[in-house]
Amino acid sequence: MQMRTNSEWLDDLHGPDQDQAIEDLRKVLKRGLIYSLSSRIKTDLETQVEDFVQDAILRILDKLDTFRGESRFTTWAQKVAVRVAFTELRRQRWKDISLEDLLPEDSGDYTPPALADPGPDTEKRATQTIFTEMIETMLEEDLTERQRTAMMAIMKGGMPLEEVARRMDTNRNALYKLLHDARKQMRKSLLEKGLTPQEVIEAFEAQ
Amino acid sequence: MKLSSEVIQKMMHSVKMTREHELDCGQCYDELDQFVELELSGKNAAEALPLVQEHLDICGACREEYQALLNALKAIME
Repeated sequence: MQMRTNSEWLDDLHGPDQDQAIEDLRKVLKRGLIYSLSSRIKTDLETQVEDFVQDAILRILDKLDTFRGESRFTTWAQKVAVRVAFTELRRQRWKDISLEDLLPEDSGDYTPPALADPGPDTEKRATQTIFTEMIETMLEEDLTERQRTAMMAIMKGGMPLEEVARRMDTNRNALYKLLHDARKQMRKSLLEKGLTPQEVIEAFEAQ
Repeated sequence: MKLSSEVIQKMMHSVKMTREHELDCGQCYDELDQFVELELSGKNAAEALPLVQEHLDICGACREEYQALLNALKAIME
């Protein structure tokens, strides 16, 4: 395959050699994605990767003007391909799960700290109970409903940011901002109680 | 709402890492190719682009994509 500088890639993808340049780019992206997704995709890896690469190339051609030249062109293009692949993989993985499924009212995975670990002494268990109630109250009273929903979907439900965003009719950046504000609020609320996050973490660490 | 010890610890770790100013996912994405290249060339990417490192420390989705990009580029370089 022909080696190209960044400007040669851009020229070729815009010019008469476009077909060859696209074919070369396809090979690069496919090789990278196959390697990075092989542990994640167990069936039809090659077919799925070819679909991702096809979508990525369309997006790359559409976004060529946004390439700032701060990295090699192929690095930037691979970044686009990774984003395309992960967006689709996450969509497939979570497609049948709603936020209501993920966060049913007081679902059963709660284990009171006192029962979770029979090891800690009475004082430690009492502290854990107090901190648990304090944080539950903080989430209920100091965060907005949207902040609380997003925080719980990610922290408790393990749902990726963009999938939570899709279900909350927003986008990944806006949801990140919402969560950033929520974390800042929680830090402030802790501080008002004279606590740091580290003190709470330590209270729950195994002895 | 009932919280397990694990969720509380996870939440507190994210609160602990919270900075007044953080990059959002889009801003991190814009710099990710540069960050990964610094790393692959043996330079201290976290020192050169600390806000990107902080975002990756806190955002699981971006961290996952960063790791995949790093692996993909290693495959291309072979």
